[in-house]
Amino acid sequence: MKKSAISWACLFLTCGLLMSACQSKDKQKTDSTGSTGTPAGMSAIKDDVSQKTVVQIAVGSPDHTTLVAALQAAGLVDVLANPGPFTVFAPTNAAFDKLPKGTVDELLKPEKKRDLKNILQHHVTVSMYKTESFKDGQILEMAGGSKITLSVKDGQVKIGDAAIIGTVQGSNGIVHVIDGVLLPPAKK
Amino acid sequence: MWSRIKLSKLSYLALALLIGGLIFIVCSPKKDTMGTDDAASKVFVPPGSYDDFYAFLSGGFSGQVSVYGLPSGRLLKVIPVFAVNPENGWGYTEETKPMLTSVHGFIPWDDSHHPELSMTDGVPDGRWLFINANNTPRIARINLGTFRTDEILEIPNSGGSHASPFTTINTEYVVSATRFSVPIPDKDVPIASYKENFRGTVTFIKVDPKEGDMNIAFQILVPGYNFDLSHAGKGPSNGWFFFSCYNTEQAHTLLEVNASQNDKDFIMAVNWKKAEEYIAQGKFKEWASEYQRNRWDERTQTTIVEKLNKVKMLDPKECPDMLYLMPCPKSPHGADVDPSGEYIAGGGKLAGMVPVFSFSKMIKAIEEKAFDGDRDGIPVLKYDAVLAGEVQESGLGPLHTEFDDKGYGYTSHFITSEIVKWKIGTWEVVDRAPTYYSVGHLMIPGGDSKKPWGKYLLAMNKITKDRYLPTGPELTQSAQLFDISGDKMKMLSDFPTIGEPHYAQGIPAELVRKREVKFFDINKNEHKYVTKGPREAKVVRTGKEVHVWMTASRSHFTPDNIEGFKVGDVVYFHVTNIEQDWDVPHGFAIKGTQNSELLIMPGETCTMKWEPKKAGIYPFYCTDFCSALHQEMQGYARVSEANSNVPISFNKD
Repeated sequence: MKKSAISWACLFLTCGLLMSACQSKDKQKTDSTGSTGTPAGMSAIKDDVSQKTVVQIAVGSPDHTTLVAALQAAGLVDVLANPGPFTVFAPTNAAFDKLPKGTVDELLKPEKKRDLKNILQHHVTVSMYKTESFKDGQILEMAGGSKITLSVKDGQVKIGDAAIIGTVQGSNGIVHVIDGVLLPPAKK
Repeated sequence: MWSRIKLSKLSYLALALLIGGLIFIVCSPKKDTMGTDDAASKVFVPPGSYDDFYAFLSGGFSGQVSVYGLPSGRLLKVIPVFAVNPENGWGYTEETKPMLTSVHGFIPWDDSHHPELSMTDGVPDGRWLFINANNTPRIARINLGTFRTDEILEIPNSGGSHASPFTTINTEYVVSATRFSVPIPDKDVPIASYKENFRGTVTFIKVDPKEGDMNIAFQILVPGYNFDLSHAGKGPSNGWFFFSCYNTEQAHTLLEVNASQNDKDFIMAVNWKKAEEYIAQGKFKEWASEYQRNRWDERTQTTIVEKLNKVKMLDPKECPDMLYLMPCPKSPHGADVDPSGEYIAGGGKLAGMVPVFSFSKMIKAIEEKAFDGDRDGIPVLKYDAVLAGEVQESGLGPLHTEFDDKGYGYTSHFITSEIVKWKIGTWEVVDRAPTYYSVGHLMIPGGDSKKPWGKYLLAMNKITKDRYLPTGPELTQSAQLFDISGDKMKMLSDFPTIGEPHYAQGIPAELVRKREVKFFDINKNEHKYVTKGPREAKVVRTGKEVHVWMTASRSHFTPDNIEGFKVGDVVYFHVTNIEQDWDVPHGFAIKGTQNSELLIMPGETCTMKWEPKKAGIYPFYCTDFCSALHQEMQGYARVSEANSNVPISFNKD
């Protein structure tokens, strides 16, 4: 009986050893040699005190959960955590809801990643455009290479058909909240 | 049931072995991380062994060049170039101070950007390394035998030498083009008159094939754009140079927005053989232009400063068929020529693809006059007529391309922080690898030459945030080494860098090592104040100026006691290291000096200017550990009041 107690202890010890023997490395940052998979980019940096990036602004907004899910699915979260500077036109959840039923679910499928990326890149331009700098008729070239025209009428700025309904300044860019989703011309 | 199992001693042994085996199996590193493919073993250079490659990284805002070994990433040396370096007296000694002078006076700092190795037949030859100063436009030439800056040439008629210093395939020329257009010649005008008054220049610097001496051959007056980067043609395109330019909007304020309006800017193609013909025909105008050439004279170990006052200027309006503009989206950075010389990759830093131009199509387009009008009289070639292909959806913010020896281009993408590998000819993306974080330039040893050594790729990153232990608000930049010998790029390691590397050059170590200098021959030292042995040591007063001829050897200075200095004297310590042995520098420092130390290589003479302010005793000593009696290598200088009668006296061995 005494011996079997020892053997039980041995078995527990074995399991414990097996579980813990290789864990010490996990406490370190994932290495970036590519051999253990690709680590996250700048979006994974732990920093609660610096001004928020455009991505962190979106993540922190309850009205942009669809946009954030889409950015994640398209692999653009890290891109928008980089230094930029970016101007992001951020459709609200309500804006996505205006799309035909099932559109968002369809776009979130892995096989639609390229289309989703194209659409999202049509919402980003490299430069920091403040609201007051927009001019009626101004054409912006978006990150994907597509173009879109701005209108300014009676103080209301619209990009394409979507109205800017709020603006948040971030560390690496500026977020203009819009009430519609911008669809780029179809890619070749 | 388990409790009924009786374990014999043998069973315990078997269990122990089993446990051991299990741990071994579970924890055995995968082949990928520890076996033959192991990243650590690929960058590990055993103690006492040498790296395969030298890597020369620009120091950016440090103004210097850093030298690393690859693949280890070990820092071997920081070569002072455009910034003073009290560590070895660069810019402080009487011999080196003139190196940092210009028509603007003494310049203690600059921003070094793009190192470029000298080439023979389109292949780096390990003789010299050129690098540009972006702020006060200058080009330096570093001697790769001594790893010292041998020459600094000022570029007149320029505001910011950025598209520099790229070389032709036999180092006939090094070029420099302006980042900031300015009035040429410079004059006092309203900034708002930019479009009317501001111009750029491209400078062609002739390099002496034997000595490396640089002389401005001619300049070309170009439109007031911002010229960013460049590369020379090679193979079929030898005789041409390609310069990227942005701000073709010619904005002079808030360029962040105003210089990003045009869909396409340009890569400017310069037919420099044609330019040579125009020079030979006398089609230039001689422009009054003040600039300075500072050249190290090995014989006298001093800087020879030449003040120059004119350049030959070519105006494209009077020199047709010399310049052409190839439209390139959008705000291009790199203008990188592939090893064959047929393709020129642009890098539109606000674009989402990499356009690659064809040299043969360019020549055909010129012949067929496939022009889209002109800018300032310079023909603009039709984009489709010169385009070889586009690397579609390459990523965001393509900056700079290097090439391997297997037919692939590697383009850094700043905005998406990745390296994208693509195939020359099909323009398809075949691999991509993230960098941490925000990559600027890339370097493959020989990757901008005819013969890349395509084993490693070095990515130079602008941001390191959480990559290393934090060091307050200011963090290092980094370089990340990739193995590119296989189909997929594989990150091996990263290491911090000096300043901010904007570009780098790499070369097999043996091509540099064969020029290695171990010390300077004291018999060839013709410094005006050389002291070839302790018996020649002396101290001579001429009015308020006192010169000290001093030797340093293990482990004493001669003289080591000097009296008769007075407050108000200007003292020059000319210290000669009379050793003829490798790796035995001596240092010299004296209390209260408002100067740097001297660090004197064997066979060399260095001079410290010293102006004592108070009477008293001033110890001096050797600062570089030289022997077991290094701590004994010291001396005293006695300084008396200005009106004292203490005569000059000193001791000798």
